Amino acid sequence: MDIGYDDDLERFRAHVGSVIRDILPDDLRDKVRREHAGLTPSDMRRWTRILHDRGGWSVPGWPAEHGGPGWSYERQYVFERELALNEAPPLNVFSAGMVGPALIEFGARDQKRRFLPGLANGDILLCQGYSEPNAGSDLASLQCRADRDGDDYVVNGVKMWTSDAPHADWMFGLFRTDSSGKKQHGITLLLIDMASPGLTMAPIRTFEGGDELNQTYFDDVRVPAANRIGEEHKGWGIGKYILGMERFGSAEVGRSMGMMRRLKRIAAAEPAAGGRLIDDPHFALELARAEIALREVELTERRMLFGPGGPDAMGFEASLLKVRGTEVQQKIMGLMVEALGSCGAIDAGDMRPGGDNAEPLGPDAAAHAGRVFYNLRKSTIWGGSTEVQKNIIAKAVLGL
Amino acid sequence: MDFTLSEEQALFRDSVERTVADLFPFARRQAAVATEEGYREDDWRRLAGLGCMAAPFPEACGGLGGGPEELMLIAERFGRHLANLPFLASVVLGGHAVLFGGTEAQREAILPGVADGSVKLALAHGERRARFDLAPVSTVARAEDGGYVVSGRKDVVLYGRAADRLVVSARLPDGRDGGGGTGLLLVPGDAEGVGRSSYATHDGGRACNVLLDDVRVGTDALLGAGGDALDVLERVIDHGIAFLCADAAGSMWRVYETTLEYLKTRSQFGRTLGSFQALQHRMVDVYTSCELARSMVFEATLNLGADAATRSRAASAAKAAIGEAARGVCEEGVQLHGGVGMTMDVPVGHHLKRAMVMNATFGDARHHLARYARLGRAA
Ligand SMILES: Cc1cc2nc3c(=O)[nH]c(=O)nc-3n(C[C@H](O)[C@H](O)[C@H](O)COP(=O)(O)OP(=O)(O)OC[C@H]3O[C@@H](n4cnc5c(N)ncnc54)[C@H](O)[C@@H]3O)c2cc1C
Repeated sequence: MDIGYDDDLERFRAHVGSVIRDILPDDLRDKVRREHAGLTPSDMRRWTRILHDRGGWSVPGWPAEHGGPGWSYERQYVFERELALNEAPPLNVFSAGMVGPALIEFGARDQKRRFLPGLANGDILLCQGYSEPNAGSDLASLQCRADRDGDDYVVNGVKMWTSDAPHADWMFGLFRTDSSGKKQHGITLLLIDMASPGLTMAPIRTFEGGDELNQTYFDDVRVPAANRIGEEHKGWGIGKYILGMERFGSAEVGRSMGMMRRLKRIAAAEPAAGGRLIDDPHFALELARAEIALREVELTERRMLFGPGGPDAMGFEASLLKVRGTEVQQKIMGLMVEALGSCGAIDAGDMRPGGDNAEPLGPDAAAHAGRVFYNLRKSTIWGGSTEVQKNIIAKAVLGL
Repeated sequence: MDFTLSEEQALFRDSVERTVADLFPFARRQAAVATEEGYREDDWRRLAGLGCMAAPFPEACGGLGGGPEELMLIAERFGRHLANLPFLASVVLGGHAVLFGGTEAQREAILPGVADGSVKLALAHGERRARFDLAPVSTVARAEDGGYVVSGRKDVVLYGRAADRLVVSARLPDGRDGGGGTGLLLVPGDAEGVGRSSYATHDGGRACNVLLDDVRVGTDALLGAGGDALDVLERVIDHGIAFLCADAAGSMWRVYETTLEYLKTRSQFGRTLGSFQALQHRMVDVYTSCELARSMVFEATLNLGADAATRSRAASAAKAAIGEAARGVCEEGVQLHGGVGMTMDVPVGHHLKRAMVMNATFGDARHHLARYARLGRAA
């Protein structure tokens, strides 16, 4: 047995790592170092293009015929980890990890031709239209209607919490096409052009001041039936397939490992009791606790991915990775705020200098740590909340 | 034992509650937060008219003769309604520094203005290098021309720019009045050489870093008869801690009530969220945290008059316990609101920010656990 990389994988790691360092623009690395603060959808477009031009690295899981590098699961895993550890932006999950694979699996030939290249090179940015005001955890109760009218669907209703909708070119969304049977039946997965007449958006500000959230309104929006993925009324299965991919990626172990390194750098620079915070035994124990908790998730993820049967054998137990991974991430971000001492109170993102000294207000991390900490409260809510994941584990794994 | 408020105190609490509720409905509160100084002078005057600023001071200094209990009642209301005002800064910190550290003449000269709200103070003590320790002060006061020349930098001075006068801690020159040690000096906010860069704190409050560049003040600027003011500082900050704890407890109860209400009204899977047993137990934990916090507010508040070791130990116990509990309760509040909890226009996230700022002010839970343990070794 071996919990690490073998020689071949280690050579691969060294290679992709050095390429990533070469191609990563400084400004993007700086934003990642600020815990992704300021990383915009257009940055993601640019980064996707850079990776794409390197030989399809923007879509490491796709087969060569669709423009991917055709890597093994192990190599994909190592590559994504290297992105995070080299402080590069992540892959575009909606494109590379969710809708792309769904199109490859369930899409019509024409759809693959129309969408896959743009998803791979960043020309197409997607947003996710699942949640509604009354369909959150209980997603299957969604009400936003798509009525068939000739070759089109006519969509009416509201989608809630649509992240980055104004920057997206297309929405992949679940819509109600039949309400006569069980609520999971009669849901259809559509790709909707965000420039469609009748589609409007209203921003919802998050409490730390962010602008990623939106409400999306549909007023007789016509969507060609050719933009349906899979069969009519059968979108729930595909939608869940896509959500399953989201759950897997959202443990965000790599990102948390990057955060942990940066947290240690901050703790080594912050003063405490005449020395450095990192030498304060109380803080050091807390750091150790978080680091071990992260290692637990990392190794469990590895064991689940690369145990007998490989990733394809992984079932609902993967939910625990999302639960624990997001918990640890929130813990690490909290420690980053705490490391700043009283400067952790400063909301530099909303600074009004207006005074008469131009000195930096506090440590560099004060400019983003708090806001990112607040923003990351979302990670236990979206993509299937912690509670919903636990319900899944209780039912599907424990058989309760 | 007596856990009841006097009739007078109950009336006072009710009138503070009515006024604070009237001044800080959430939307109005958010509008105030967005102003330059983060609060409205009119609101400040309304509360002054009610006697809030006068409440804790002796009558001889223009006060109403109350004390820590009145401060506790006020703080709970502030926390409940997310009220942002320079009250902690001016009345609790600055005012009590003068009350405990000043000569009788200084108290009678300065406190009446604080008590009627016409003068605002701020405590400029914390320095980044000291983290949360009170003792190390690198700001210095040199003796020169029959006065002092003060130089140094103070970080995260709460409502420092709104203050008419800053109470600045500085190392005193040797040889005066037994000499050396830390002194507290009253420095006019607009004195030459004072730089104040104001910024928002996450809870929508304001703070600033104070640069003191050879600021000249007279000998009468020194509070008290000289000598070491660390004991005074410790006592003042314990008052600040008790105030913050009561504020946090008020905030926690509000989060509990609104989250409970949300779980009773929001439905998923054809039932109210509150009908899921997993969430019922979580809410029971939230409720329990609120009850325990209320007890620890008493611990901190009612020991403020005790000997220094007892007082500080109680303050640290409360700060550690309530600091963690407030953050935990608010995080639960956000989580149980789902996506709604992440939004700017719903108060629960703002309560979380208040709890985080509370933890970053005068020492986080870890700091106070260590202080509690240290003080306990001697006890
Ligand atoms: C920042 C952010 C970005 C998002 N982006 C998108 C997006 O791009 N596209 C999209 O479609 N959606 C998005 N979402 C929506 C997200 O998926 C939902 O918020 C999530 O599904 C929870 O739904 P809800 O908000 O309606 O909460 P609710 O379902 O109302 O849940 C409220 C609370 O109750 C708990 N709960 C619910 N049911 C149960 C139960 N049976 N047992 C125990 N506990 C339960 C939940 O876990 C939660 O804590 C986003 C959300 C956020 C916060």
